[in-house]
Amino acid sequence: MKTLKIYALIALLLMFFQTAMAQATEKVEMADIMHQNGKIYVVVGVLVIIFLGIVGYLISIDRKLFKLEKELKTKD
Amino acid sequence: MRPLVNVAPIEMKKNWWKILAVALVLYAIIGGFLINVPALPILHETIRNLYYHVTMWFAMIIILLVSLICSIMYLATSNVKYDHIATEAASVGLFLGLLGIATGMLWAQFTWGSWWVNDAKLNGAAISVLIYLAYFVLRGSLEDVEKRARVSAVYNIFAYVMMLVFIMVLPRMTDSLHPGNGGNPGFSNYDLDNNMRKVFYPAILGWTLLGVWIMNIRVRLRKLQMENLEN
Repeated sequence: MKTLKIYALIALLLMFFQTAMAQATEKVEMADIMHQNGKIYVVVGVLVIIFLGIVGYLISIDRKLFKLEKELKTKD
Repeated sequence: MRPLVNVAPIEMKKNWWKILAVALVLYAIIGGFLINVPALPILHETIRNLYYHVTMWFAMIIILLVSLICSIMYLATSNVKYDHIATEAASVGLFLGLLGIATGMLWAQFTWGSWWVNDAKLNGAAISVLIYLAYFVLRGSLEDVEKRARVSAVYNIFAYVMMLVFIMVLPRMTDSLHPGNGGNPGFSNYDLDNNMRKVFYPAILGWTLLGVWIMNIRVRLRKLQMENLEN
């Protein structure tokens, strides 16, 4: 009788284990739709354009400095 | 055909690292959004912020280390060029820190539900930014060039150590909501062993080199201004 009770308890606990497993395999929402319909490339494109714009600004400052440094060197 | 732009000759030997910086950050932007990432609850796609928020903090620590080394070199040699680099490295480091806090706040709002929490890591980061702001206040208060360089170099040493304590040491010793501190697993524990590493490490190098480029421009500008004053 005691062993039957223990088996019953284990069977009951395993049932809960079943539902806990269901939790782990739940799908996490990601931006798959954007990947599928190609809109993700708009996001990437916008960021690349902004970044290259800022880099272009950096390059122009760098060039101006280079010219100024050259001028000062040739003055001496 | 007349050239549209007056192109100054670019020496590749001296400037290759700038191109590398741009390439690496571009890779972080493009790869950061297109390469697959683990699908984790609560985070969802925001895990991609790892390539920007975290990498910029790493870049900040590296650049502030440059500033520290130059401060120590100034104290050892009294050569003012080290003071120029130390100041501008601290400036770029501060800028990266502010960006890190801004990106972190945005991330927090969408994952923790709040722009700011009363948390060891966040408060530590804010204090570190204040410490480096104080570095510039200190510099502004001293007029004599040598004295300013010397005093701020000594302050810089304390500033760096305190920054490390506030953002690396203390948060790990207490309860924290932030990943990697207060008993939470850092991202490296369960995500960084796959695709994410491919973008993460190059991104750190990219942001660091970009920061060095900005620092380089500011140092050159400083030198020109100093020479202009002398003439």
